[in-house]
Amino acid sequence: MKTNEIEHIEIDLLLEAIYRRYGYDFRSYARASIERRIRQFLSGSGCASVSEMIPKVLHDEEFFTRLARYFSISVTEMFRDPLVYRAVREKVVPLLRTWPHVKIWHAGCATGEEVYSLAIVLKEEGLYERATIYATDFSDVALERAREGIYETAKLREATRNYQQAGGKASFSEYYHARYEAAAMDGSLKERVVFSSHNLASDSVFGEMHLVFCRNVFIYFKRDLQHRALGLFTESLVHGGFLCLGAKEDLRFTDFRDRYEIVDDKARIYKKKDGP
Amino acid sequence: MRTKEAQRPPCSVRREAVVMGGSAGGFPALTAILSGLSPDFLLPVLVVQHLHPGDEGLFAQHLARAARLPVSEPCDKERIERGHVYTAPANYHMLVERDGTIALSLEARVNWSRPSIDVLFESAALAWGEGVIAIIVSGASDDGARGMRAIKAAGGLTIAQEPATAEYPFMPQAAIDTGAVDEVLPVEAIGRRLVECGGWQVKNCRL
Repeated sequence: MKTNEIEHIEIDLLLEAIYRRYGYDFRSYARASIERRIRQFLSGSGCASVSEMIPKVLHDEEFFTRLARYFSISVTEMFRDPLVYRAVREKVVPLLRTWPHVKIWHAGCATGEEVYSLAIVLKEEGLYERATIYATDFSDVALERAREGIYETAKLREATRNYQQAGGKASFSEYYHARYEAAAMDGSLKERVVFSSHNLASDSVFGEMHLVFCRNVFIYFKRDLQHRALGLFTESLVHGGFLCLGAKEDLRFTDFRDRYEIVDDKARIYKKKDGP
Repeated sequence: MRTKEAQRPPCSVRREAVVMGGSAGGFPALTAILSGLSPDFLLPVLVVQHLHPGDEGLFAQHLARAARLPVSEPCDKERIERGHVYTAPANYHMLVERDGTIALSLEARVNWSRPSIDVLFESAALAWGEGVIAIIVSGASDDGARGMRAIKAAGGLTIAQEPATAEYPFMPQAAIDTGAVDEVLPVEAIGRRLVECGGWQVKNCRL
């Protein structure tokens, strides 16, 4: 058997150990990328093989915590893909207005940049006061940072252009308070946001939603986990509710393509059809 | 290192896919190689070219004009089809899964690049092993050198653009310096080599 194939078995065993010991199911994560991360961790771990990592994962929680940090990559930025926020403003908000109260589920919110981006859009469109954003992630570390809402000032300055391209109506700097290198998002942007822990791999539906925002999460999932999550979203959305995915996540490559109509192809915004 | 065309060993391995990496000066080289492939070329071709983050699919569009095969930027989990050229979208790593689909990722840059050639090549080595043909063309970075090693170690065929013919010789040279490159060729010869090793094999052995 080739070394690569042996390592493939070792990785299966490692992921199984993590699942049974800690309940995190990385077995359903996109394999190529998780293998890459395990290899990366391995080279700096002092272990000679993936097999050697298994007893450490089982008996040393601190070792696992370090490894888990490699697994939950949260790469995000304010108003990432501005055209998406513009499309939300122009094509989704007018319909959200027709509901007396608007519930939004931001699944896989990572460190929160896009939660605040969405809050800003709702605010500028006069919808924020009657909206609730449920921002969830499986990583407590990421969630804590999202809740704090403190980011590098330089990064926020860079995001000003995104904000403008997203159809921003004010001056972006009004939404944060900079102190030297760090800046805190304005407190009002948190008032209608509920941050909570939710794992798309194991937890169930999250209430009745008008918009589910889940961008660049599926790219890390295998097809079966993506199917599970899409099932949750579809069950959770009201008829005519909206689903927004990442720029390279196309509903056409899933079993749910017939349950939705396309609102904006490029922004990956879909609308749930009536009926089962 | 440089092999004369006549001295090359016959293709004895069934090839499954072609992966190509380019950076500065990569566009003309990749175009020249792809324009040499006729519409009946049967292997999939996966391309990572270092792009400006604001590329918005322009690279794929330009490549499509030069190539006689269909070219597109894939979506995540898209099934890899024969005779199709896939170019990594700006800002995403492009990987191959063992089940023959494409995976995109927003993980950190590798060699200051996203997409990174190493990321594509290393995943291709795992997915296809000796079935991969990997090509490195012009560039000013050493991205791709590790990937070429992985592909060589898995038994794949590794080809570098002849540095003297590259606009930026650094990248093919870095790959050659690893000792993992089988053949060093000018771009026109790379296209011919692909037809020899790729299309022929599939046509005669597999279908």
